[in-house]
Amino acid sequence: MTAHDARFSAAGAPLTGAVDMTHGSGGRATAELVRSLFLKHFDNPLLRAGNDGACFQPPAGRLVMSTDAHVVSPLFFPGGDIGALAVHGTINDIAMAGARPLYLSAAFILEQGFPLAELERVVVSMAAAASAAGVPIVTGDTKVVERGKGDGVFITTTGIGVVPDGVEVSGDRARPGDVILVSGPIGDHGVAILSKRENLAFEVEICSDSAALHRLVASMVEAVPEIRVLRDPTRGGLATTLNEIAQQSRVGMRLEEAAIPVNEGVRAACELLGLDPLYIANEGKLIAICPPDVAARLLAVMRAHPLGLGSAVIGEVVGDPNAFVQMRTVFGGSRIVDWLNGEQLPRIC
Amino acid sequence: MKYVDEFRARDLAEGLAGAIRREAAPGRSYNIMEFCGGHTHAIFRYGVQDLMPSNVHYIHGPGCPVCVLPIGRIDNALELAERHKVILCTYGDMMRVPASGRRSLLKAKADGADVHMIYSTQDALRIAAENPTRQVVLFAIGFETTTPPTAIALKAAADRGLTNFSVFCNHVLTPAAIKEIVESPEVRDSARVAIDAFLGPSHVSSVIGSAPYEPFAKVYRRPVVIAGFEPLDVMQATLMAIRQLNDGRHEVENQYVRVVTREGNRKAQGVVDEVFELRPSFAWRGLGEVADSALRIRAEFAAFDAERRFEISPSTAREPKSCECPSILRGAKKPTDCKLFGNGCTPDNPIGSCMVSSEGACAAYWTYGRFRQPASGSEAAA
Repeated sequence: MTAHDARFSAAGAPLTGAVDMTHGSGGRATAELVRSLFLKHFDNPLLRAGNDGACFQPPAGRLVMSTDAHVVSPLFFPGGDIGALAVHGTINDIAMAGARPLYLSAAFILEQGFPLAELERVVVSMAAAASAAGVPIVTGDTKVVERGKGDGVFITTTGIGVVPDGVEVSGDRARPGDVILVSGPIGDHGVAILSKRENLAFEVEICSDSAALHRLVASMVEAVPEIRVLRDPTRGGLATTLNEIAQQSRVGMRLEEAAIPVNEGVRAACELLGLDPLYIANEGKLIAICPPDVAARLLAVMRAHPLGLGSAVIGEVVGDPNAFVQMRTVFGGSRIVDWLNGEQLPRIC
Repeated sequence: MKYVDEFRARDLAEGLAGAIRREAAPGRSYNIMEFCGGHTHAIFRYGVQDLMPSNVHYIHGPGCPVCVLPIGRIDNALELAERHKVILCTYGDMMRVPASGRRSLLKAKADGADVHMIYSTQDALRIAAENPTRQVVLFAIGFETTTPPTAIALKAAADRGLTNFSVFCNHVLTPAAIKEIVESPEVRDSARVAIDAFLGPSHVSSVIGSAPYEPFAKVYRRPVVIAGFEPLDVMQATLMAIRQLNDGRHEVENQYVRVVTREGNRKAQGVVDEVFELRPSFAWRGLGEVADSALRIRAEFAAFDAERRFEISPSTAREPKSCECPSILRGAKKPTDCKLFGNGCTPDNPIGSCMVSSEGACAAYWTYGRFRQPASGSEAAA
């Protein structure tokens, strides 16, 4: 296969052929790929200008910038794909500063031989996610690595956003007495990926919760600007994210196991494999920590948004120089909820 | 969730805790060894100890398949993957256990060895079928629970005439290990370690039944209660053990009647007998050489025995210095008695096997219970 064999789409026809080293050469094939794929689907004035960078007027206020590299296997999974995930992940990282995301960049590392039709599926999904979120992809890059040196496609997205006046959200602001909330059932994304990656067939298909949370966050910070901490519990799950916040703020946390929402299918899959949903990744959930007097209002606002319907108060922040996260179990006992150690591995028997 | 939540009901737990408090006689201790890591995990994960009176103690036994495998056998597995360049298939937890020089299968994989984490023995067969030009070895470990699937995989490989599949067999037997613990000097001299009763592993008994423990209970005059792995199972079995001790009885009782029978699963026993036979002796981490405590592959299936197919070095590796895993596995010491506990040995960077598996006593202490331990120079945080 050479670059000349790769058929670029015209007038909406799907791409055929596969990624070739020349697609990353910076020459004609690269330009053609950018024109017929990325420009076509991500189309917006800043990208169309065709410069190396996007030039725009900075808005007033404090800016937030975040970047995230996305590697996921398989690339397509129930409820999403690497493209939508790359958009949602960075939008959420910006949103967790309480900010309104403005623009995204996208860098692609493609593996030689990766089918162009699959790449187009990814790009179409990315474009749809960015369009639905109202956050355009305004600049990007493409590189190609030799066959065997990649995993189909890796995507790095960077985002920029602006924090509204009066909002002060940071992981080091949790205080004893604060209330901990989560925006819905945990563990869906991780179990959805696991079910496909390991060819584990579950009776019920579990879909990823991949979603852009910035509009939920916008409604939250508007109604309750007193919110102290926002964080999306992605890798390492709820448990690891709460441990991170506890360390940053030098506080402890006490959770109520019975209050933590987990979908039935996720619970069942975790039981079967000996995994703990507290450590399973999420891509469309957030944790919020706020002072106790505004918690009821915050919960109501969260539950009023489609992405926060399953919101719940799950615990409180306590004083603890060891920064331990502890949990009262459904059973009435108590236990520590530790950092994730390495990778969660299924039990043997 | 049906068939799970019923066994974690708080009101039932409170009722059982009340019964245990009423029946546990003040002035005496009840030292109950839960043999299996599944029980250890349940006790810590649900905070069962919180509901016990102060004179009821759980002693964590050696029943974690990852913890009891001696370092030399892990060295052998590394040798298969690295020197013989086989595709080594193993269950997840096994990948992190340190071998000699703190190598592990996970590190070997990072260095280029072809190590696959599998969820079932059938995955190993599939990998063998997909890689006809490579030798595929199933690193088989575990107690009686995981033995039948290994036997079935071996038989399937024989039926299909696979020439690139073999099993590195490390299956061990529970009753022999319990006997070894009771006969160890620490327990025989009960002034040092008192074990009054045992909670027997239910998944093991779902295969072998409860009967194999009957001679043990009679000879060693200690109650054995076969207990399920849900927290209510553990509490109910604890109450049953306390009642036996109060009555001066030493019988095998079955708390896990929803699965376990006296005879066990005859079909599973049959397939295991067909494929495996007793090893005269096998080295356990913590217990040393134990007679008739493990299985090996019968001569009829020699073609699928990795120990016969590949040249494997004799096992001479030694436990890490200062690591108390051996004593902890015998119930002679608690994880917190080990100088390395939390001091260089944590689940992130385990030195001993008990810190590796989530079912290992040290990992359970560290992950769920360390807030109960006073930090040096300060009070416990909890």
